[in-house]
Amino acid sequence: MNVIDYVFQQLVNAVSLGSLYALIAVGLSLVFGILNLINFAHGDMMMVGAFAALLLESAGVPFPLALLGGVVFGGAAGFVMERAAFRPVRGAPDVTMLLTSLGVTYILENLGILLFSASPRNFPLPVWLGHVYKLAGGRITFTNINLLTLVFSVLAFLFLYWFVTRTGVGLGMRATAEDLVAARLVGVRVNLVVVVAFVLASAFAGLAGLLWAAQVGVAYPLMGFTPMLKSFVAAIIGGFGTIEGALLGGYVLGALEIAIVAFLPPSVSPYRDALVFALLIVLLLFRPGGIINVRREVKL
Amino acid sequence: MPEMLALDALTVSYGPVAALKGIDLVVQEGEAVALLGANGAGKSTTLRTVSGIVRPRRGGVRYRGKDIGRLDPGEIVGLGVAHCPEGRRVFAGMTVLENLKLGASRRRDEAGVRQDIARMEELFPVLGERRQQRAGTLSGGEQQMLAIARALMSRPRLLLLDEPSLGLAPLLVETIFDTLAELKRQGVTLLLVEQNARVALDLVDRALVLRTGNVVASGGAEELKRDPQVVEAYLGGGR
Repeated sequence: MNVIDYVFQQLVNAVSLGSLYALIAVGLSLVFGILNLINFAHGDMMMVGAFAALLLESAGVPFPLALLGGVVFGGAAGFVMERAAFRPVRGAPDVTMLLTSLGVTYILENLGILLFSASPRNFPLPVWLGHVYKLAGGRITFTNINLLTLVFSVLAFLFLYWFVTRTGVGLGMRATAEDLVAARLVGVRVNLVVVVAFVLASAFAGLAGLLWAAQVGVAYPLMGFTPMLKSFVAAIIGGFGTIEGALLGGYVLGALEIAIVAFLPPSVSPYRDALVFALLIVLLLFRPGGIINVRREVKL
Repeated sequence: MPEMLALDALTVSYGPVAALKGIDLVVQEGEAVALLGANGAGKSTTLRTVSGIVRPRRGGVRYRGKDIGRLDPGEIVGLGVAHCPEGRRVFAGMTVLENLKLGASRRRDEAGVRQDIARMEELFPVLGERRQQRAGTLSGGEQQMLAIARALMSRPRLLLLDEPSLGLAPLLVETIFDTLAELKRQGVTLLLVEQNARVALDLVDRALVLRTGNVVASGGAEELKRDPQVVEAYLGGGR
């Protein structure tokens, strides 16, 4: 295997992982931009998406529909979460919402354990999804799952871009994220904006969850927590509270993780997360606003 | 002339601090009224209460005969009251065009909105030239024009303006106030908060002077221009 092939193979891996981080990070950023809320329960929407798809498939639903089902269930869970948990505490200090999100996480994860047990379940995949493509005489390989991840992430991002630039609710979303008071003054329907943000974010997380499960082959109730934390980091690296920052950060984090495993000695691999977080700290020391340098102003 | 806005013994507090201590004010349809006074007198609070960002503690806010003191800002915009806030508060990361569209958030008549965007670009040609530019890249004067245009996109009957001259060069202040005079001629009722009493009094019919949450003087613009106390305090008297 020559160097170029190896680098290319790692690039495939990085894009695949980065897409998932970006999908999750975008949702975190959407909600944070609007409510100043770091939603820890966001990761649990991955579980919802993955298990919805898994159960639908086990019940004999064709894979594409099961996939759609996972996304829809994720979005629906986001709707319920906003209504039941976050709307009642809106207007309370930010820390109240933060604690609420921790509470929601514990409830959802334990509910997941109760319903599905804590042990990983196989994520059934149609045979064609496991098909391995070989390039350069078998030195570079990728599967349909890698392709699916990339295609669906890009579709999701294009949809999001269309939504926030072409629809009234989308414009209202960006306006609210920039300046809540000014948005209220021009008549943006803030309640609608908030619930749509939760639904979109959760649908994206649901998609990320089922793609994640498809990549690793299993789903389990706590599967979302670590990816959520890392995507949070990704969103900060890029520039928290912005869509572009979350996308950029997701891919940068994916690339960093893959690069550490691929290009450093194997003995370093176990410290992958520590290294990534150390790099993050260094980055933020020099560029507190992330790569795209977000400056958040606090306005009354 | 029918009554457009009436504040009735309006009291507003931020926590324990009283910002307005019982303000009475009536603005007739088609009138332009200024609120003058030093910082902290309660001028901005008055506007914020009318637009629903701040809730009254006691007293009423009546708009065209309807009590709006408990409505949401969005509902109030829908009724025809637009608030052009202090410091312009344009959406800096969004384009000029998007800012204008957001001004029409409560409207459903898409054709009318498109017409009004064209009208705004006529009123402020620079906004047409910078249509796809981010609002944050505009100069202070251009941002003020955008803020006014954004407020006008809701087709207000009553326009609340908070310090439109703030931080602008004299020539730009003149441009902005010429536009406001034009809006007044078109029949938009104006309630204006302004530090620059001289330009304000040239525009408005009447003015009220606020001090620490109370109305301490009021009268016709010409009359106030001659009032020695007002001249002393707000028009740079003695020079």
